[in-house]
Amino acid sequence: MTAFLALIDRDLRLAFRFGADTLASLLFFILCGSLFPLALGPSPDLLRHMGPGIIWVCALLACLLPLDRLFGAELEDGSLDLLMLTGPAPAAVAFAKMAAHWLTTGLPLLIASIPLGIMLGVKGSELPLLLAGLAMGTMSLSLLGGMAASIVLGARRGGVLLPLLVLPLATPVLIFGAASSYAGQLATSPAASLDLLGACLFACLPLCPLAAGQGLKAAVG
Amino acid sequence: MTTPSDFPPPPTPGRLLDVEDVTVFRGDRLVLDGVSLTLDAGDAMILTGPNGAGKSTLLRTISGLRRPDSGDVVRYGALAWLGHQDALKPGLTLAQNLALAEKLGTTSLPDALDALDLTHLTDLPARLLSSGQKRRAAFARVMLSGAPLWLLDEPTVGLDVASIERLGAVMAAHRAKGGAMIVTTHVPLPLDNTRSHELPSLAHVESFWLS
Repeated sequence: MTAFLALIDRDLRLAFRFGADTLASLLFFILCGSLFPLALGPSPDLLRHMGPGIIWVCALLACLLPLDRLFGAELEDGSLDLLMLTGPAPAAVAFAKMAAHWLTTGLPLLIASIPLGIMLGVKGSELPLLLAGLAMGTMSLSLLGGMAASIVLGARRGGVLLPLLVLPLATPVLIFGAASSYAGQLATSPAASLDLLGACLFACLPLCPLAAGQGLKAAVG
Repeated sequence: MTTPSDFPPPPTPGRLLDVEDVTVFRGDRLVLDGVSLTLDAGDAMILTGPNGAGKSTLLRTISGLRRPDSGDVVRYGALAWLGHQDALKPGLTLAQNLALAEKLGTTSLPDALDALDLTHLTDLPARLLSSGQKRRAAFARVMLSGAPLWLLDEPTVGLDVASIERLGAVMAAHRAKGGAMIVTTHVPLPLDNTRSHELPSLAHVESFWLS
């Protein structure tokens, strides 16, 4: 457990040390979201209707950005060998990296989605629901993304393969997440969508670290 | 987390490693052909052989990073690993880089740094270290582990004569405490009573898919 926390601590330190990499996905998220009003026109009704969908798609894409380096950097400088040999179990190593990915990518996206949501005309009363959905969604995306990143680790053109692997797996998260965020606008209950979103998260929670651990073992072998 | 109970009891007292008839293929190329060796407490084994003979592959197989295609590797104690990369993050200080190894290990960080003459560099970012200093920092991680079996892949790369002497002293102290090590190196190490294991080059061996 101490090793697990030490690994997260190390990743957070690295993220703060190389702030530019961390900020890149956040800036991408904000910029990408701000482009939609320019392309769709400034109609408040249209933007309000599209807002949650735009935020969800942008968050999904922004989560993908840092995945390429998640394990790649560790493999290149030999840290992964050490982690596999002397660190905690491979699945725990993978889970720690996923948790660090969420803390450095998912959490900032969550905070940035508040101003972006307001800019797109999402009502204040609908924001908590959007944030609750996004919190579960970004966690699932960190888990799925980490799993895919470990599977393509060491493969040539892994960066191209990665989105192809993640995006189909992330579609349920996107569908249920966006559906829950629209419940306020459509005056329906978000309970069913949130339940299914939570189910996605709780399916990913044990499975993704296990699969990722196997991917990491295969990558160093 | 590895505790002593994770390992089988040694067949003879002091035995740390048994490698029996290990064969490893890389793709369809034969890299190791029936390698057998044993290691007891106090042993220092130098792996020799031309480039590409499979020295690093043998170390990776012994460590468990790689599974042998046939044969057995049995370890009777924990291991510490020094790969040919230093695994230091350039943005973190020396102490931060070694923090994880310190948490997992049993030796104290100041002792390890002192033995390798790194104490004055503790709070320097790793990117400011010279290649020899980085190598010593990576070696400090091996010392921190407190594991009896050391697997060292080219520990002396980039080291000056004084540092190699210092490394030799650390290795001798480890052997005196009942540890053992397998080292690949191209330069002579200041160690006595070493055993050596020569790996032949298999580059000329044709290999076929038999299945």
